[in-house]
Amino acid sequence: MSGIGAALLNSLDIGLLLFIIAVGLNIVFGVLNIINFAHGALYMLGAYLAFTLINIAGMPFGAALILAPIGVAILAVIIDRVLLRFIYSRDVADSLLLTFAILLIINESVRMIWGSGIHVVQPPDLLSGSVSLLGSSVATYSLFVIVIGLLLLAGLWYLFNRTRVGRIMRAAALDRDMAEALCINTRMVVTGVFAFGAWLAAVGGVMAAPMRALDPGMGDKIIIESFIVVVIGGLGSFPGALLGAIILGLIHGFGGRYLPEVNLLLPFVGMALVLLFKPNGIMGKGANA
Amino acid sequence: MKTKVLMAILAVVIAGLIAVPWIASYFYVFIFTEILILGLFAASFNLIFGYTGMLSFGHAAFFGIGAYATALVLIHLEWPFLACLLVSMGASALLALMIGFLSVRLNEVYFAMLTLAFGMMVFAIAYQWRSVTNGSDGLAGFTLGSFGLGLDLTLANPSVYYHVVLGIVAIAAIVLYVICRSSFGMILKAIRQNPERVSFAGLNVRTYRLVAFVIAGIFAGLAGGLIAPFLRVASPELLHWSMSAEPILMAILGGTGFFLGPFIGSAAFVLLETWITTYTESWMLVLGIILALMVIFFRKGLLGTAIDWWMEVKK
Repeated sequence: MSGIGAALLNSLDIGLLLFIIAVGLNIVFGVLNIINFAHGALYMLGAYLAFTLINIAGMPFGAALILAPIGVAILAVIIDRVLLRFIYSRDVADSLLLTFAILLIINESVRMIWGSGIHVVQPPDLLSGSVSLLGSSVATYSLFVIVIGLLLLAGLWYLFNRTRVGRIMRAAALDRDMAEALCINTRMVVTGVFAFGAWLAAVGGVMAAPMRALDPGMGDKIIIESFIVVVIGGLGSFPGALLGAIILGLIHGFGGRYLPEVNLLLPFVGMALVLLFKPNGIMGKGANA
Repeated sequence: MKTKVLMAILAVVIAGLIAVPWIASYFYVFIFTEILILGLFAASFNLIFGYTGMLSFGHAAFFGIGAYATALVLIHLEWPFLACLLVSMGASALLALMIGFLSVRLNEVYFAMLTLAFGMMVFAIAYQWRSVTNGSDGLAGFTLGSFGLGLDLTLANPSVYYHVVLGIVAIAAIVLYVICRSSFGMILKAIRQNPERVSFAGLNVRTYRLVAFVIAGIFAGLAGGLIAPFLRVASPELLHWSMSAEPILMAILGGTGFFLGPFIGSAAFVLLETWITTYTESWMLVLGIILALMVIFFRKGLLGTAIDWWMEVKK
């Protein structure tokens, strides 16, 4: 029983972390209609910035959790204004190619700045212990990730459903020309949404830093996981991202414990099964070619 | 007149390519072998990207499985080289059928994500299935025996291997060209421009896309089968998505709108890589910057931009 409890909690913290990252991908897709291949690279950048702020500049973890994502969001504004603005009116293939190029540039820059070795970020003292829960010992940091994940989930839901900013974002996602006709500055919305997506990726990166070792391949792993999440849940769907993230979290939580030898393959098998029966994802709508 | 000039240029290029081992050092024989193999890889990619409009980020899966298939057959069965290549093509056809079946049904964005994800799945398998693939070290220590068809060739000699590669790539390129110029190729072009209209004309777009995907996979597998004896190793890097990035860049560099574009892109890519890596380790950074600039400013590639410029001058 305690094994199952621990696996469940483990699934939940992986799942909520994946949700934070995948929902950023989803929001950007919803409004800009592009899939940001560099999303994982921005996540990695968040983690590495946190490493520098904590281990080199000596800041507390909380400060890094606030500052690193802001730094990444500023970079995202620059990327949007300098590079992406050229391709918004073009074919979707061009946006895929350009964000892929940005991914290569960020990946290699991280390798040049921080080296290809592994870096470790310690969780803050307050969160580094473990507590007894459901009859098993659980790392306090896992609970912290779960709490922050749930807070962000609630915050995002509130933002999209109850605030003016959220309504503007949804309007821009539904029909950009119509939104423009209603005196909404869609150019600013586009830049803002791209920066917000990058901010979410970086928050995920800072949160993940104390759980995983930092290496230049960490962004590649997470972008594939995020793709699997949005394919399972349905591209562009907010509840879909949550459902996909929880399913993938469960696959990791239980797969890692009970089927370690095929653990790497299970997410792909899950994705293939969903594609066979629900090609648009569990919550997705028409994406047929 | 135009075709005559073109044919003359092509004849000179082919004569030059045949003469490489007699006029250049071994260093350039290796460089040109690589250009030809990667050119075929890029041309197979361009069948689905440039012609059909499907941007795959997982084309290395077929290239890599072709390399592994040839390596495995050479190690365990010691078949002639031609038979190894046929096995490579069969293996990649099967893989392309499986990945394609799940991926070609959905729109471009999904297709890009799925090919990337499934490509990395194949990478994960090669990385983890140590007993067959030897994990991260890859398969090495295989030697080429006979060529097949009763031909007596010392494949271990780089010049001989270069000529074998040149012959096979030339045949494969001709077959690909015939496919592109056939009515099947025309339908692929039409699908890129307007899939809805093609399907209203009573054609099954999904089937055409799947067949194109499998054909591209087969030729990528052939290129993979050629690269394994050249590198003397089949390692997981051949399956990684950074390998998938190479045909994308080559096709765009050369020009996706032309049949020979990917081959020109491959030449530019390999020469550029050789030149840049003598100065810096960060080849990927340069690659990313070039790709970004090409996509933003020179979307038609070197060949397309050159032709546009030529037309402009002639006016």
